[in-house]
Amino acid sequence: MYLADRSAPAGAKTAPGPGPGRTPAVASTVFALGTVSLITDISSEMVTAVLPLYLIVGLGLSPLGFGALDGVYNGVSAFVQLTGGHLADRVRNHKLIAGLGYGLSALCKPLLLLAHSAGPVAVVLALERTGKGLRTAPRDALISLSTPPELQGRAFGVHRAMDTTGALLGPLAAFFILSAAVGGYDAVFGVSACVALLGVVVLVLFVPGRTDPLAPAAAAGPAAPAVPAAPAAPAAPAVGVREALALLRLPRLRALALCAALLGLTTVSDAFLYLFLQSRTGIGEHWFPLLPLGTAAVFLLLAVPAGALADRIGRRTVFLAGHALLLAAYGLLLWAPDWPALPFLVLALHGVFYAATDGVLPAAVAATVPGDLRGTGLALVGTGQALARVACSLAFGGAWTLWGPGPALAAAAAGLLCCATVAGFVLRDPRATPRTDPTRRPGGTTR
Amino acid sequence: MTLSPKRRLLVLAVAVLLLGGAATAMVLRAAARAEQPQQGGPAVTAGQVTLTRPGALALLNTAQGPHRGTLVSVPAENPRGDRTASDLSCQRFHASAGTGVCLRSTPGALAQDNQALIVDADLRTVRSFPLAGTPSRARVSPSGRFAAWTVFVAGESYGAAFFSTRTAIVDTRTWQLEPDLEKFTVLMDGKKYSSADVNFWGVTFSKDDDTFYATLGTNNQTHLVKGSISGRSVTTLAQNVECPSLSPDETRVAYKKRVQRGASLWREHVLDLRTLREQPLAEKHSVDDQAVWLDDRTLAYALPTEGAVESTDLWTVPADGSGSPRVLAPGASSPARLG
Repeated sequence: MYLADRSAPAGAKTAPGPGPGRTPAVASTVFALGTVSLITDISSEMVTAVLPLYLIVGLGLSPLGFGALDGVYNGVSAFVQLTGGHLADRVRNHKLIAGLGYGLSALCKPLLLLAHSAGPVAVVLALERTGKGLRTAPRDALISLSTPPELQGRAFGVHRAMDTTGALLGPLAAFFILSAAVGGYDAVFGVSACVALLGVVVLVLFVPGRTDPLAPAAAAGPAAPAVPAAPAAPAAPAVGVREALALLRLPRLRALALCAALLGLTTVSDAFLYLFLQSRTGIGEHWFPLLPLGTAAVFLLLAVPAGALADRIGRRTVFLAGHALLLAAYGLLLWAPDWPALPFLVLALHGVFYAATDGVLPAAVAATVPGDLRGTGLALVGTGQALARVACSLAFGGAWTLWGPGPALAAAAAGLLCCATVAGFVLRDPRATPRTDPTRRPGGTTR
Repeated sequence: MTLSPKRRLLVLAVAVLLLGGAATAMVLRAAARAEQPQQGGPAVTAGQVTLTRPGALALLNTAQGPHRGTLVSVPAENPRGDRTASDLSCQRFHASAGTGVCLRSTPGALAQDNQALIVDADLRTVRSFPLAGTPSRARVSPSGRFAAWTVFVAGESYGAAFFSTRTAIVDTRTWQLEPDLEKFTVLMDGKKYSSADVNFWGVTFSKDDDTFYATLGTNNQTHLVKGSISGRSVTTLAQNVECPSLSPDETRVAYKKRVQRGASLWREHVLDLRTLREQPLAEKHSVDDQAVWLDDRTLAYALPTEGAVESTDLWTVPADGSGSPRVLAPGASSPARLG
């Protein structure tokens, strides 16, 4: 089906609802949002790439002071995500809230130039994180609301691939500027702000405004399109906190949130993995900054195919297979002999893990949550996962301290095996669980 | 927004032109500024810099202009005078007895390329070592035999819950490299201590070519440690001491002391190694640098230039807590006494 559709002209520009019988491979909204993310990631990764050098050499600070704030950033970001998702559902305008998030982050770039000491820099970076937290859930909601249910995985794959492309281009842009102008950090921040503003312009111009979550194509869900749902759609009542909380009564969403959190608890943070990989294989110090690029490259290549595969053979299968591959990476790190290919294998598996999970999870969540609570639902799962990963970092650090790196990773691997088994059981075939009508709000009110 | 597709493309084109123009202008302005010498700054001329010239100070020149970032030498009695610039550029530098260590970070194709260069008295690179992160601290032992450096290894994003330092020591006679001080045995309060969050930074060497002092960070605390290179071990001496710098007579260390828990706010102090008594110095600004002893009574350190981004000034203050700080050299960092 996709093959036939791909030859169709790049699609109804006015997006979200493709006419009956004609489904474009990926909605133009997804491309528009992908472009916004690509541009925004160029902007933010430009800053990320030069920030340590700027702080240490330009301002003469030691970033040790920021180490303590990292946990705070992650916690703040997780809760802001929940707020952003719910707010977007509440005002029924995902684009507005996402736009505010993108705008806030764009404003922070020139502010970096005014911050000459550690405290103000930390405040600016916290604001930047707030912008990122604010936009994540509404953006994912827009992606899912503009895509028919059977193409969600592919849509998220396309978005994540475009996003990663931007992340890879950002440092290139920054280093180009610094080689043209020695010490030109102000130029890097200024250009970064211009690029971020361009992202906001693209969002405003090309992402459709209020999405009607109850339009047939938008009400994505396992049973949605066929159901002549929601006859009383026009007068939909406002979304309150109660409805949001009632979401947790959806068995499938509860299962997904639980599994995302469980698996997050055993997903060792990237940095620990790279550290372990380096100490395990003894690869040169100068390769260390390139390790994340290896993961990103594989992720970039496989995000779309993995998403499409998830749509075809089941998101649960692909999601769990991704974690199985992560487990294989842990296993290789722990027990494989000293092959020269080991670092490549581990990075490839790590990249495939992200490709098979990062976009597939929101696709699965989107298929479970009714359209008018999409942002809240995505944020709930995202927040759960983010907080679980922070907890994992702390626990892993503790285990590393107590037992050393090897046993700590072995413990994480054992935990991952248990959690993945539980997840495989909890997420077993949705048809076996009582079917929920995704166009209907949880909590029993039929409309 | 109900604009026709054509209108939208038009608006986009205008936005691209405006923002692209602004971005280009900023890059061109920064590039032009990098070529223009700073108004009222010290004169910098290219010339011969040697690390054995008596009565001279080596500095990194952070003033705007074509020699920005290069190693320069100035007369020690007139540090604000004209600068002789080499073509060696570094982010951190230190030298002693004809050996220099230059930590360098250059933009690479995909990521920063960070290196530590060991240079001889004529600034020729004798050996280079790749670094895993952004340069932070550099020191050479008084005899010139050992060099140490600290880099920050940051995660791939500034939001990542990960942050670490790595400190290495190299013997410039045998080229034996100790890539990570974390492999050393740590004795804390007489007991063997091990933890994953151990970080070392800011090494300073004694004249005996074995003893060194450094900062050990672990469990949200910083300790002053005394180490032995041959014994591959360190012992904790005092708490809340960062970036120590051993006085030439080896009786005291200057260091930065965190004055507010959790905040990046430090005051420069001097600790008497026999009595462990500390003396705050007259500098009231937060000093985030590893100070250098110009002689047994005077310290030098960098502070961010007031009102200007991307530059630091070198300041000096008496080591006994008396007097008041004054500018040693504007637009400079990483001082080292030559000779």
